[in-house]
Amino acid sequence: MTWVSAIVHGILLGGFYALLATGLALMFGVMRIINLAHGSLALIGAYMAFLFVEHAHISPYLALAPILPVALVAGYALQRTMLERSLRAGQLVPLLTTFGLLIVIANLLQYFFSPDVHSLDEGRIGAAAWNVSSALAIPWFDVLTLGIAVFLLGGLQLVLQHTQLGRELRATAEDPDTAELVGVNARAVYARATAIAVATAALAGVFYGMRTSFDPNAGAAELLYAFEAVVIGGIGSLWGTLWGGIVLGVAQLVGAQINTEYFALSGHVVFLAVLVVRVAIQGGRLTLVPRRAT
Amino acid sequence: MSALLAVEGLDVRHGLLQAVRQVSFEVADGETLALVGANGAGKTTLLRAIAGAHTPSGGRVHFDGRDITRLSAHQRVKLGIALVPEGRRLFPNLTVEENLRVAGGAGRSGAWTVDTVLDAFPLLGPLRRKQAVSLSGGEQQATAIGRALMTNPRLLLLDEVSLGLAPVVVEGVYRSLASLIEGGATVILVEQDLGRAMSVANRVACMLEGRIVLEGNPGELTREQVTEAYFGLRRKEASA
Repeated sequence: MTWVSAIVHGILLGGFYALLATGLALMFGVMRIINLAHGSLALIGAYMAFLFVEHAHISPYLALAPILPVALVAGYALQRTMLERSLRAGQLVPLLTTFGLLIVIANLLQYFFSPDVHSLDEGRIGAAAWNVSSALAIPWFDVLTLGIAVFLLGGLQLVLQHTQLGRELRATAEDPDTAELVGVNARAVYARATAIAVATAALAGVFYGMRTSFDPNAGAAELLYAFEAVVIGGIGSLWGTLWGGIVLGVAQLVGAQINTEYFALSGHVVFLAVLVVRVAIQGGRLTLVPRRAT
Repeated sequence: MSALLAVEGLDVRHGLLQAVRQVSFEVADGETLALVGANGAGKTTLLRAIAGAHTPSGGRVHFDGRDITRLSAHQRVKLGIALVPEGRRLFPNLTVEENLRVAGGAGRSGAWTVDTVLDAFPLLGPLRRKQAVSLSGGEQQATAIGRALMTNPRLLLLDEVSLGLAPVVVEGVYRSLASLIEGGATVILVEQDLGRAMSVANRVACMLEGRIVLEGNPGELTREQVTEAYFGLRRKEASA
């Protein structure tokens, strides 16, 4: 029964990883930007929720109402002011830019909020669980997190498939120059993608703050798991990100069941194994991304 | 007739290479201009500069009396310029219909819709839900032309639409083009096949090493004149 419990909790943990990885997958899928600051942007969401809880005395869930629009605008501005310029300089520069952003955010958070840990109260749902048996309890908060991840990924998938914005996003992802030639403002499309990505990061960050206590340097560690979820799921695929998160979560908790010290290690091993298998299948060429057809 | 497009002293560079040198010409509303010339003469670069895909290093482009030299490609589409790029450049993982709809939603509104494009290119009807990457060359070319039409252009730029297609497919593509041109479309056409270019165009301009070296009506120009300009024969004789 403990093994069943590890797998069930692994699936639920995977929902959180998928939530955190959604924006990462979107930005990589559309712009080929690996946003190293994604975890830090999520952390800003958590700290913003903390401010609303402290000063406006509202629940973190309610704080999402003002946080998400702010994150959309911030993401749009981030793309137009920083990432757009760095994209013009080649593939490596955006990576370095977001790495710089990661460090700046960590230091700013440390300056304003001190290095102490903070946490958010997840409300009544936090303590509630469905006790299936004496060995298996399913916490409602984790189910809510997984549900939001599925809802978010499903919603984004629908937008991508059935709206003009979605078609423009996919067309621009495949060939930005040609997208311009059929009337698509590629830079505005990029900015909208980043806006959505940053808003999903903030959403994930608020949930992260309710799951566990956080400090200004937590962004990088969480980013690693989100990144692994994206890679396991196959970069650029939204549903793949959900499966990737679940595979990672199950691997970590099954590993922890063997020995608590194996939690992170077993996740990394599965991540590496997926990479090795992909390389073998693709005959030694590591092409994670379906490249633009020319 | 007033000029829909006026190009003045246009220079376009690819790094150190100057692909287009001091090119000036006008295209009137309803006219069909064929650009001919050898590989590397600068035809594709000239078309892409008109569409806004290359920034010129000198000169001006006017469209409908307005200076559009500094406008980006998507802004020019909104004014009514559409390019069918060399090699078709469809969005490979989008379906035929999605390829059309992207352009339809982003361009101008007008008579061309998914339905009218599918009427004009009946071969695309059964393929509308297929991914562009799975289409044959002719089907891709029809989709690419249809995609450009979806933006409801006033000026259609066609780059090597017959390249890599079987002769019977080229016939089909040109039949559709002929009906477009009869319908009053303004077209600039880059074509390797001289005979075909001269059969559909009102005017022919021949490019050599980035310059327009010969311009005239197909009826007034002889094949020999165009061939000479095409290969730069007179220049070679002069320099020898």
